[in-house]
Amino acid sequence: MAHAAGVDVGSTQTKAVIVNESGLIVSRSLIDTGANVVKAAENAYQVCLLNGNLREEEVEYIVGTGYGRYRVTFGNTQITEISCHARGAANMFPKTRTVLDMGGQDTKAIRINPNGEVLDFCMNDKCAAGTGRFLGAASAALEIPLDELGPTALKAEKPVRISTTCTVFAESEVLSWLGKGKKIEDILLGVHQSIASRSIGLLRRVGIEEQITFTGGVAKNVGMVAALEQNLGLSLNVSEESHFMGALGAALFALDHILTSRAPIGAREELA
Amino acid sequence: MKEAQNPDGIVGRGNREGADLFRMWFDQLDEAAKKGVPSAYVFVMGSLAEILRVFNLPLVFPEINSLQTAVRRVAHEYLGQAEDYGYSPDICGYVKADVALQIKGGVHPMGMIPKPTLAVLTNACNTYIKWAEIWERMYHAPVFTIDIPGTRQAGRKSHPGESDFERDRRYVQAQLNELIALCQQLTGLKFDLDRFREILAYTNRMNRAWKQIIELNRNHPSVFNALTDGTIYLGVSNGLRGVPEASQYFENLLAEMEYKAARGIGTLVEEKYRLVFVGVPCYPIFRRFNELFTEWGGTFVNSTYLWFASGGANRGYEYDLSRPLESLAEGLLLSVRDAMDSMFHQNLALQEIIAEFDVDGVVFHPIKSCRTVSTGLADGRRALMEWRDIPSLFIESDMMDRRVVSEAQMKNRIDAFFEGLASRKQRAALLA
Repeated sequence: MAHAAGVDVGSTQTKAVIVNESGLIVSRSLIDTGANVVKAAENAYQVCLLNGNLREEEVEYIVGTGYGRYRVTFGNTQITEISCHARGAANMFPKTRTVLDMGGQDTKAIRINPNGEVLDFCMNDKCAAGTGRFLGAASAALEIPLDELGPTALKAEKPVRISTTCTVFAESEVLSWLGKGKKIEDILLGVHQSIASRSIGLLRRVGIEEQITFTGGVAKNVGMVAALEQNLGLSLNVSEESHFMGALGAALFALDHILTSRAPIGAREELA
Repeated sequence: MKEAQNPDGIVGRGNREGADLFRMWFDQLDEAAKKGVPSAYVFVMGSLAEILRVFNLPLVFPEINSLQTAVRRVAHEYLGQAEDYGYSPDICGYVKADVALQIKGGVHPMGMIPKPTLAVLTNACNTYIKWAEIWERMYHAPVFTIDIPGTRQAGRKSHPGESDFERDRRYVQAQLNELIALCQQLTGLKFDLDRFREILAYTNRMNRAWKQIIELNRNHPSVFNALTDGTIYLGVSNGLRGVPEASQYFENLLAEMEYKAARGIGTLVEEKYRLVFVGVPCYPIFRRFNELFTEWGGTFVNSTYLWFASGGANRGYEYDLSRPLESLAEGLLLSVRDAMDSMFHQNLALQEIIAEFDVDGVVFHPIKSCRTVSTGLADGRRALMEWRDIPSLFIESDMMDRRVVSEAQMKNRIDAFFEGLASRKQRAALLA
């Protein structure tokens, strides 16, 4: 049985996914990207092969995605993470019409059609406020591990208002609230609400249409999911695989290529 | 390209001759600067070249000087100098590059630029007015501002023959009479009506050809790239408006485009996507910016820049030489109003262009330096998408300031735009 792979080289972490001919995930991996992007892509892919107990020759086609997609030197082609997140989200939740992808440096709002094709998208520009990096700054300032931010924020009773729109200044604003004696959980919920507010601005620019699927590493943060749902007044689709959605989309595009190239010549266009 | 397909090197002639004429124009400015010849500072939206040339005033286009510093990759030096002088990073990049140019005593990569004896502007851009006040303070040069009544409401305009239009035209003509009086006073020359008619006739030839050239891009494949080639043509149409070399240039260019259209010669090996560009180009990485589209087989078949940066010459308005001043007022009113509409109310025009030029997608490019042309583009895009399901891309950068140009971010968005176009085209082919 042939397999297809997607490698998503993000600014913070690199993800790899391998799917079988039915489009089901058979293996995944996640590593920190670090400074050597080429190596990160190779390592993530090798770990993914190991996790799936697969050999390289069993993977027929590989698609690179993410900001480092052109550094996936062993890949067959590259597709932007915008298309890949849309594809992955539509695969996981077929009624998805809007995707919110929140990663380390980028937050993307993507509107898609019933085929999972991108109709419109909008991303943060020149500034990482409203992305995972904002949470990273808060995590450093409060000395709380990233994965504890969300659960801690959910304990808040009186969230503070974080006014800053800059990730760099977020740290000083968090410290100023600490200086005023505010509770950590109240400050953290304020941080989450601030990011949610900026993300919803992006969503509005592409037009919010249900269902909304939340993808990217930050989708694992329960506090962010709650802040978004509260602000939107809607519930979000969140998958266990949200972190891997871009890599999954890339793998599914790779699978398309395999199936198309196998089809009789007359039928290839139909499968494309 | 095979020799047989390009006898006498006709294909590409327009770009070569355009570059030569552009160089000639700047050489003349260099000479004027060194000799201290009185010169007029003017703008692309309503230059009044036809009146100023009667008085032998060399024309300086500060907007073009500034964008040339970006194309020649020295804009940051000029911007930095103006900011050191006290201008905010948020101020129009064209203004700041010009301020630095004046501080440098007219030193420009294309040669020396003369100082202004007179500045003539319209209200087409709000920044023009404050910009000209800088020269007024620096050189005590008189500033003549022509108030052009614009479109008060999108989609509703007065037309020649209507009483509202006639009132506006008379208002503009009265201002032209005042400009002529000022030029006579400054140069000591009398206004020569025959010379004026001769200059108008040269502009007529240019406008006639320019309109046809733009229309020829309806062909498949399109015959010129509206972003890159179009900018060369714009340089000639502005800088040499009303001179015989420019008229001949545009007639030759028309012949070249007709030649290409007849033989199916386009700008790309394979023209996959036909695009319209809305806004001002990204000059700091001008060539690369275009490549981000052409690498995908995308080319720009039209552009709002060709409209407003030509001062509305795309309309092909031809002056009636039997009533020259009246006709200049009418042409100025129509073309500058059209140029303003190209910035503020471009949606109706875009709807026509999309159909007529068989457009696959629209690229909106707001820029940090120019809020005049950029404000409202997001709303315009939304309105366009509500009108019709046409793919569009919204990317932001700048026309001058490389500090706010991120090629990696732009490429990501442009790649995603083309992935969507490809997917849509594939699906449409299946349904056909």
